[in-house]
Amino acid sequence: MANKRVDMPLMAFPTTGEIVPEPLGLVLIFSSWNFPVGLALEPLIGAISAGNTSVLKPSELAPASSSLLTILVPFYLDNKAVMVIEGGAPVAQRLLDIRWDKIFFTGSPRIGRIIMSSAVKHLTPVTLELGGKCPAIVDTLTSSKDREVVAKRIIGGKWVPCNGQGCIAIDYLLVEEKFATAMVDLLKSTLKRFYGENPRESNSLSRIVNKQHFMRLKGLLNDPGVAASIAHGGVVDDDKLYIEPTIMVDPPLDAEIMIEEIFGPLLPIITLKKIEDSIGFINSKPKALAVYIFTRDETLKKRVISETSSGSVTVNDAVIQYVCDTLPFGGIGQSGFGRYHGKFSFDTFSHEKAVMRRPFLDFNFRYPPWNNNKLQFLRSVYNLDYFKLFLLFLGLKK
Amino acid sequence: MNLGPKMPSSPQVFTGCLGQAGLPMIFFLGSPKGNYFLQPRLSLGQFPKFLAKSWAREGHAQEPQTRDSKRLLAVQLALGVSEKAKFDSVSAASMVEELRESFASGKSRSYEWRMSQIKMLLNMVEERESDIIKALQEDLSKPELESFISEISMTKASCKLVLKELKHWMKPEKAKTSLTTAASSAEIVSEPLGVVLVISTWNYPFLLSLDPVIGAIAAGNAVVLKPSEIAPATSSLLARFLTEYLDSSAIQVVEGSVSETTALLEQRWDKIFYTGNGKVGRIVMAAAAKHLTPVVLELGGKSPVIVDSNINLDVAAKRITVGKWASNNGQACIAPDYILTTKSFAPKLVDALKSTLENFFGEDPSQSKDLSRIVNYNHFTRLTKLLDEDKVSDKIVHGGQRDGKRLYIAPTILLDVPQDSLIMNDEIFGPLFPIITVDKLEESFDFINSKPKPLSAYLFTKDKMLEKEFVRRVSAGGLLINDTILQLTVDSLPFGGVGESGMGSYHGKFSFDAFSHKKAVMYRSFGGEAPVRYPPYTPQKLSLLKALFNGDIIGIILALIGRPRK
Repeated sequence: MANKRVDMPLMAFPTTGEIVPEPLGLVLIFSSWNFPVGLALEPLIGAISAGNTSVLKPSELAPASSSLLTILVPFYLDNKAVMVIEGGAPVAQRLLDIRWDKIFFTGSPRIGRIIMSSAVKHLTPVTLELGGKCPAIVDTLTSSKDREVVAKRIIGGKWVPCNGQGCIAIDYLLVEEKFATAMVDLLKSTLKRFYGENPRESNSLSRIVNKQHFMRLKGLLNDPGVAASIAHGGVVDDDKLYIEPTIMVDPPLDAEIMIEEIFGPLLPIITLKKIEDSIGFINSKPKALAVYIFTRDETLKKRVISETSSGSVTVNDAVIQYVCDTLPFGGIGQSGFGRYHGKFSFDTFSHEKAVMRRPFLDFNFRYPPWNNNKLQFLRSVYNLDYFKLFLLFLGLKK
Repeated sequence: MNLGPKMPSSPQVFTGCLGQAGLPMIFFLGSPKGNYFLQPRLSLGQFPKFLAKSWAREGHAQEPQTRDSKRLLAVQLALGVSEKAKFDSVSAASMVEELRESFASGKSRSYEWRMSQIKMLLNMVEERESDIIKALQEDLSKPELESFISEISMTKASCKLVLKELKHWMKPEKAKTSLTTAASSAEIVSEPLGVVLVISTWNYPFLLSLDPVIGAIAAGNAVVLKPSEIAPATSSLLARFLTEYLDSSAIQVVEGSVSETTALLEQRWDKIFYTGNGKVGRIVMAAAAKHLTPVVLELGGKSPVIVDSNINLDVAAKRITVGKWASNNGQACIAPDYILTTKSFAPKLVDALKSTLENFFGEDPSQSKDLSRIVNYNHFTRLTKLLDEDKVSDKIVHGGQRDGKRLYIAPTILLDVPQDSLIMNDEIFGPLFPIITVDKLEESFDFINSKPKPLSAYLFTKDKMLEKEFVRRVSAGGLLINDTILQLTVDSLPFGGVGESGMGSYHGKFSFDAFSHKKAVMYRSFGGEAPVRYPPYTPQKLSLLKALFNGDIIGIILALIGRPRK
């Protein structure tokens, strides 16, 4: 909350300048259903720390969490300054008619557009945390130890976060053709270790959130080209809203599963001749929230970082960048704009007010009527030509 | 800042029957100063008189040849024989396509390219200084010294800052990592957004076009600049010189007005930077929303000046005067809009302002060469309407004279106009200065907070406590104490609005940041595996994780030895 002093040019001495963070005012936070408590509270923490009054609208697709927040927040927090409003689209629509000083939205690009369009009415600034297809480039690794670690981390980045229903979950893999089979085998055996022979009975997997998303994911698998490419899994249970962790190798690139964000337990593996081709592949798609790369090749690392664009890049791991609160968390392009976490949350909900203080000490050359002498003086000031200034001041130069 | 006037600008469509032919003929009299929309106007009988009047309006500050060539163009357009190629959606789309290819080639990302472009820009400003001053004179009657201070020097300073600091700005910034992300390192990498659009305005047409463009180039983007058509001389100067001096495979200028801007706004940009008024700002943001494009909106508002009695009145009067009337004659987004002072102090302040005005601009300011004129006839009528409103016109305590032919309105001070008057509700953007009096100066804070947040707010006082209260209570884009306007010149302060006055900020490094994406990059090693992360989840793992996150060393040890805390 401390004001930040900034440097002033010497010419302006003894002027002082500082940046004063101040609350924006009344903010609206929309959270999503996959991490319904975390993604509701994290922005709320930012809003409160920046001094705003806030309204939180949790996702109706996670009703138990939504009700819990509605009960707990007023109980623990100042209910004149923080309010939770439950409901679906009609409630959201009514909320959007009000004038807010900031809107923070986590969700899909489609709804993100609607939110931003509504914000236009009152020129409300927005932060949009959206999604995208987060690719994981896996270089051909020779060491079996490395391979084991990578397999664990890929599963840790795909099925561990809410069974693939995470904005930074790995969406698909990019590997070299020669490495594909080994990759599939590795993943199969590690999946077995983590979730047992029958993942349906494991209590370590989230389920698909609701029937609508279940049907959507089932639909992705029903595409004949996709179904034919399944290398592991594919078991589906309509009653339990269960889809087995499923791996496909080279589904058709124009299938829905390779166009839309998957947001589920299906992992396509796209094979390439050379791993460097992954850069062009990623750049042919809209910018994602995260790009992952598993490799020991320093050149490849550097190339991926400088030649692709995404909200973030994580090398040799996945999802874990979320925990690092000194890193800004946000998207770019279709994956959103604005950022938060740590101090970035405070900044996102603040207005950085510039404050400058001037002394009454004065110089006449600033004022009309203008003449050549004053022009000369000012030129010297702007060129930081102190010597000429000195001469002019003494009247030794015209 | 106001991009456009309240009333539509001048293109008129005449529908009349031409004599024997009996055919309705539509004459399009295009006004180069802004084609907003076509209006059916007059019948044939009034045609010659109206033409004469409208051409007379446009006449000021136009040379006879320019007027005649515009008449010729009008006839040509009417007959469908126009030389100007139309810039429409198709042209806009293909321009963006080309720029994307250029950006994809990576050329604008290199440090060398960015530095070379900025150097060329600096050369351009230095070599073409007299052309620039001439264009500003033509567009706005801007005095040479004002052009020098506010447009040329500031643009040069921005270039120089980039040349000095770019290497440092482009470096990734290290980020700290913590126990929870052990065996990792992290940094924040600045990367260009891609292809960006800069739409600028007419009151500081040179500076406000180039300053954002400098930021865009420094950040490594390809950029399209759309200068304001209300400052046509500067617009064509920019089009000519930017093409000549800069790399047009990555930097383009599109001239024109509403239809060209609309065509541009239909495209997908990686960022749109707009300077202007709130009405058009909303149009820009709505267009951006379709493509989820982030925007910076530098808008305006009514920037108040609170004047305490405890001041150096002489200096304060000078600074207020120069901030109001020597800044493009009040046509500046951060020009003081209105004054708030105590009832008891107001008369002294009015006298001080009057005498300062006389010192600066002489007894008859219409003869002074140091005042910019009103930019065009539409703004002139807008301003005179503010003055002529009932209950406002009798509050004039100084000035009020006007001359439509020369687009001149005298520096005018008003005292205690009604709060519901137009002049107290819209951004004035002209040489009219209302003074609102209050009983206690603290009331002025409430007054300001009852209005939309402005781009700036000013306070003149020696009282430190009042200063503190001001900073604490008044929200605006930026605050300046004991002076006006200067916050624009300091590049270590972010320049931007809040609420109705806009979103986002720029200047100095803030420009670079505005046009960059700050990409988080995290490096993990293959070591440092924590089985605790992976399924199958057991109570022991849960306990260990809790202990890790709480930094609970004992808890960690207990969990690890198989006796987890409950």
